[in-house]
Amino acid sequence: MMIGNITLGQYIPGNSILHRIDPRTKIFWTALLMVVTFLISTWAEYVMMGAFVLMLLLVSGVPIKQSIKGIKPLLFILAITAILNIFFTGGTPVFEIGPVKVTYEGIIAAVKLFLRLVMLVITASLVTITTTPMTMTDGIEKLLKPFEKIGVPSHEIAMMMSIALRFIPTLLDETDRIMKAQASRGANFDTGSIFSRIKSFIPVLVPLFVSAFKRADELAEAMESRCYRGGKGRTRLKEIHYTRLDLFVSMVGIAFIGVLFSGRIFL
Amino acid sequence: MNEMIKTDDVYYEYFTQNVDDIVVQAVKGVSMSIRQGQFVVVLGRNGSGKSTLARLLNGLLIPRKGTVIINGIHTHNDELIWEVRKTLGLVLQNPDNQIVATTVEEDVAFGPENLGISPAEIRIRVDESLRMVDMEGYSEYSPHMLSGGQKQRIAIAGILAMKPKCIVLDEATSMLDPRGRKEVMDVLKKLNQEKGITIVLITHHMEEAVEADQVMVMEDGRLSLTGTPRQIFENVEQIRRAGLDIPKITALAYNLKKSGVKIDRLPLNSEEMIKTLKGFLKRKNGESPNLFSQLSSGKYEKNEPIIKVQNLSHIYMQGSAFEKAALDNINLTVNKGEILGIIGQTGSGKSTLVQHFNGILKATSGTVEVDGLKAEGKDLKELRQKVGLIFQYPEHQLFEETVYKDIIFGLTRMGIPAEEMKAKVFHTIDLLGISPELLDKSPFELSGGQKRRVAIAGVLVMEPMVLILDEPTAGLDPQGSIEVFKILSRLNKQEGTTIIIISHNMDDIAAYCDRVAVMNNGRLVFCDTAPNVFSRYEELRSYNLDIPKITDLFRKLHESGYNISQPVLTVDEAQKSLLDIINANQGGVE
Repeated sequence: MMIGNITLGQYIPGNSILHRIDPRTKIFWTALLMVVTFLISTWAEYVMMGAFVLMLLLVSGVPIKQSIKGIKPLLFILAITAILNIFFTGGTPVFEIGPVKVTYEGIIAAVKLFLRLVMLVITASLVTITTTPMTMTDGIEKLLKPFEKIGVPSHEIAMMMSIALRFIPTLLDETDRIMKAQASRGANFDTGSIFSRIKSFIPVLVPLFVSAFKRADELAEAMESRCYRGGKGRTRLKEIHYTRLDLFVSMVGIAFIGVLFSGRIFL
Repeated sequence: MNEMIKTDDVYYEYFTQNVDDIVVQAVKGVSMSIRQGQFVVVLGRNGSGKSTLARLLNGLLIPRKGTVIINGIHTHNDELIWEVRKTLGLVLQNPDNQIVATTVEEDVAFGPENLGISPAEIRIRVDESLRMVDMEGYSEYSPHMLSGGQKQRIAIAGILAMKPKCIVLDEATSMLDPRGRKEVMDVLKKLNQEKGITIVLITHHMEEAVEADQVMVMEDGRLSLTGTPRQIFENVEQIRRAGLDIPKITALAYNLKKSGVKIDRLPLNSEEMIKTLKGFLKRKNGESPNLFSQLSSGKYEKNEPIIKVQNLSHIYMQGSAFEKAALDNINLTVNKGEILGIIGQTGSGKSTLVQHFNGILKATSGTVEVDGLKAEGKDLKELRQKVGLIFQYPEHQLFEETVYKDIIFGLTRMGIPAEEMKAKVFHTIDLLGISPELLDKSPFELSGGQKRRVAIAGVLVMEPMVLILDEPTAGLDPQGSIEVFKILSRLNKQEGTTIIIISHNMDDIAAYCDRVAVMNNGRLVFCDTAPNVFSRYEELRSYNLDIPKITDLFRKLHESGYNISQPVLTVDEAQKSLLDIINANQGGVE
């Protein structure tokens, strides 16, 4: 198969606190933590934030080794982004190579940006690691529910997301199959100019779209046959609801943010 | 008993993009009645209107004329349509396209969720439904990790969770391998017998029809025959005219009867056949040698190698957590001009093996050589011209605006002058029986059988020395399958093309292949002439493989102590062999 091992953010079954809390709580707090990550500036705040993210990682029960392996492919991009920062920050020069000036401030900014990005990636992937795609879409549906009044189709969005998730592996398999079949007929995907390579994907894309439409048609029939008629009156096998755990986690969150920024208030 | 399904003179037509034939009458006046608790099989060719009928039954389609009444409710009553669909569940052909959710249990729960049932009750129903289809323990699985047979059982469980009284299956077994088909059939029989659920199975597998209470034959939108399996298969000629087939055993009895053997009732399975033949065969005296030990090694004399496979191994995703040895040290020689069959369970490595023959997959270790050309490196143009590989459901790769353009797709990459290309296309379509009028049409307008031929033409037009086909008859009805094999035989004889066929259908393999390679768990366990391979019954059994039904009949006759002297593979061979014995016996009596 052409799909490699995408481990970053893939759901890992478990029974940690993070697994058990309501997806809405997770989505809300992740969003908030990501904002906070952009607000921190002093080293003390960085240390506290880093410790908190590390704690979340430990609580989630995800093996540290696996999380490092998951971030690895991203490290390169993160590092490049950070290093670019070095060259665009003015200040006290540390050394110069020709026209390129490396400043003390630049290095600090790069290190901070790098840490910030790593924390962001870890926080974001913690949600998907501890939440099944199904629960996640349920959470999004419920979160969007209040916006239904202004015309946001919350159920439809959630249904579309979960169907997309369901069919990604199927369509990847199919792409693989069609590429092999066309290669057997003499198609060439590996060589030639960029332009001819893009053109060479037409024999793959047309059958893929034809089949995707056919699948959509049949799926609609199957759903209708099973009495699907939109979100109205629909119940769920696993209804999501808040528990004391959500209250507890939220308290911890509030406490953390309070402590984190306490320095700013008192100083 | 009360009536579950009643249709009264139902008509339905639909519109196509085909300019010549805009309105297609799919169902033309079908009247039928199915009682609660029956197991009914509907037989018919592709395009005979079976699928339209299935959709009419659960109200996905509403008849243009006539009425459909399900358990007392008219399907054209909009308010009660959900009641109809709850009562009569529909399972579709493609297992992938009817699973909605990302886990098994969420999918089974989908129906009850739509009905607004309480979570606690849904839980009970999901667990019970999964138990009924023998899939408990899979509730957390992701659907794409399951086999075809398992997916179809999940689809059935999803219907069961809505507590239906009737299940209609629209060719739900046609994309499955023999094992998956058996799994599904076993579940259906259990549901019918233990739960009294009415089953309507739409299929073109004759062996499934034998087990029904009632069989209906659809022909060109009409029900042409209705009756018990026995009554139906008595009409051998009419069934064949409808493009269908009769079970092999029945065909053998029918042929014997035509040759003058007195058979009153045509048998439907081998047990009945043995009873029927009792009067004509003699018990053997004392110990007779094992039926299959008397085999000569066959009359196989092709020995000019065209493909040489040496110590070939292939490991999927080497170095990752998903590492899996797909091929394990394969050694195989394919000879020029032969038809080689490859058999083995799903996942045994058949497809992986042949994908090495044209360089689609690269060997982890070992070598593949085709006509002196190594299957490796970057430039595979010449290799891929020599070895044509046709995948399962090849019609899914058609993409051009016209049939002609699609067929020449490969040729244009070989830099052949237009005139020569045209000549090659016409030669190929002649060989495949594609009418020249179709060349200017869009491939998407064609029927399923025509599409498949066009897809095959796209590979054949490159005039490969070796043609490999992965399940060439999958999804085709009996008539369509016979036509594909006729084409392959002709190609082999006229053009001398070496042919490699992967198939689950042992009857086809036995009838058309010179040699058969048997794969199990990534290994090539043996490769020999077809009679020799199918004589190793016990071994094949251990790899979950069957032997042809006719061969199996002879084995059973031999085991029951009749003087059967040689094993056979096909109906014709069996007929000849039995006639010889019967005539000799009668000569002895007189």
